[in-house]
Amino acid sequence: MRKTKQIDRRWLFLLIFFGVALPLIFTIGLPLETTKNVHMVYDLIDGMPKGSRALLSFDYDPASMPELHPMAKAVVKHCFDKEINIIFTAMWPMGVQMADDIIEQLKDDYPDLKYGEDYVNLGFKAGGMITIQSMGKNFREVFPKDMNGSSIDELPIMEGINNFSNIGFVFSLSAGAPGIKEWVQIAHDAYGRPTSGGCTGVSAPAMLPYINEQKQLTGLLAGLKAAAEYETLIKTPGSATKGMDAQSIAHLIIIIFIAIGNINYWRDRKALKKGGK
Amino acid sequence: MEQFFATLGIWLGALFTFAIFSFLYKDNPFYKTAEQIFVGLSAGYWFVYTVFSILIPNLYDPLTQDFSANWIKIIPAILGIMMLMRLIPKTEWVSRFPISVVIGTTSGVFFLRYLKSDVLNQLTATMINPFIGENWVVIVGQILLIVGTITGVIYFYFSKKHTGALGVSAKIGIYFLMVSFGAAFGYTAMARISLLIGRLQFLLGDWLGIIQP
Repeated sequence: MRKTKQIDRRWLFLLIFFGVALPLIFTIGLPLETTKNVHMVYDLIDGMPKGSRALLSFDYDPASMPELHPMAKAVVKHCFDKEINIIFTAMWPMGVQMADDIIEQLKDDYPDLKYGEDYVNLGFKAGGMITIQSMGKNFREVFPKDMNGSSIDELPIMEGINNFSNIGFVFSLSAGAPGIKEWVQIAHDAYGRPTSGGCTGVSAPAMLPYINEQKQLTGLLAGLKAAAEYETLIKTPGSATKGMDAQSIAHLIIIIFIAIGNINYWRDRKALKKGGK
Repeated sequence: MEQFFATLGIWLGALFTFAIFSFLYKDNPFYKTAEQIFVGLSAGYWFVYTVFSILIPNLYDPLTQDFSANWIKIIPAILGIMMLMRLIPKTEWVSRFPISVVIGTTSGVFFLRYLKSDVLNQLTATMINPFIGENWVVIVGQILLIVGTITGVIYFYFSKKHTGALGVSAKIGIYFLMVSFGAAFGYTAMARISLLIGRLQFLLGDWLGIIQP
C-alpha cells in the first residue's frame, strides 16, 4: 500500500508554539461571542441581592491556574461589584493559596472591603463529599475557625450561617474531584441551593449534563474561553481575553492538520482499494 | 531581598519550563533533571502539607486541646496506624480492616448521592415535552436530547442481538456517542492549548516583559 509521507511531529509542535506566541505579542482582536452557559452564571450572580452571601470553593491547584485563575478573578470581581459577601473555602489543599492570590490581586481595586465582614477565607478541609455533606448539616462543626485561626463566631459575615440555608449560591472552581460534581450532589440535590461553577476544559463534558431542566447546575464556565466571555460580560478584559487570539489560531492549525491527516488517510485507502501503488 | 527571590523564582520557572518543553524535541538530561526535581519537591511538599494541614488540625490539636470532647477521633487514628502496617510485609494483613471500613462507608454514602444526582435527576431531566420551547432551536435540541439518551442507552443493552429496530437504534446511539467523543476531544485540545497560553504568558510577560502580564 502506498503510504503518504508523514511529517515529523516536531514541526507541528513548533507551528503550534509560534501560533500561540505570536498572537500574544501582536494582538489581532478576533471577535468573541458570549454563550448561554456563561450568561446563566452571570445572571445568577447579577440577580443576587446586595449583602447576600456566596460560598466560593477553590477546588484546584497551580496546575490548572491558566484556565481557572482568570475565571476565578472575574467571578470574585463580579461578586464584589454587586456587594455580595464571599465565603471562600477549598476542597483542595492548595485552593487556599489560589483564593488568597485572587484576593491579593483585587485588593487595590476594592480598598474598602473588610476581612471578616465582606469576605472570609475559611481555608482547606479534607474529606471531599463527606465534608460538604457535613457543612450542610452543621457548618460550624466543619469550619469552627477561619484560616487565620479566628473563631467564626467573631466574624460578622458568618453570623446566622449554620448550614447552606443562609447561603445565596454556591460556586465551585473545579479541576477534578472533589469539585463541581460533589457540590451539585450535596448543595443542590440534597439542600436545594443554586449551584454553579467553573471547570477546566477537560472536565467540561462530564459537567455539562448537570445543566438541565432540574437546574442541577446553573450555568458553567468551561475553560479559558468561558473565562474570556465572563470578562467580556463584566466589561473587564483580562488575561483570558488576551489569550483568545492565540487560542483561535492554535485551534485553526489543529483543524487544518486534522483535515490534512484525514485527506491523506482517505487517499491511502482509495489507493489500497485500487490494488495499491 | 524579597525582590531578589521574586526574580530568582521567575528565572527558575522559565528555566524549568524550557527543560520540560525540551522533551518535545527528544528525551534529554535537562528534561530528566527537571522531572526528578519536580517529583522530589512534590513528594516533600505533600508530606509536609498532609502533616500540617490534615493530621495536626484534625487529630493532634483536637485531642490535645479537649480530649473528652474529641476522644472518638482515636478510632480513625488507630485505623490510620493500621493502614500504615502495609509497609511491613508481616503485618500487611492488618491494613485490610481500615480498607474495608473505607470501602463500606464510601459505597454507603456515594450510592445514595449518585443514585439521586446521576440517575434519578438525570432521568427526570430527560422526561420533558420536547415540543414546548422558546424557538425551534430549543425544540430540536430537546428532541435530540431524548433521542440521544434513549439510543445511547440501547447501544449498551447487550442481552439481545443488535438486529432490526434494536440494531438501528443502537447504530444511531453510536453516532451520538461519536459526537460526544468529538466534543470531549475538542474540549481537551482547548484545555491543553490554554495551558500553553498560560506558560507563554508567563515567559513573554513575567520573564521577558514583552507583553503585559
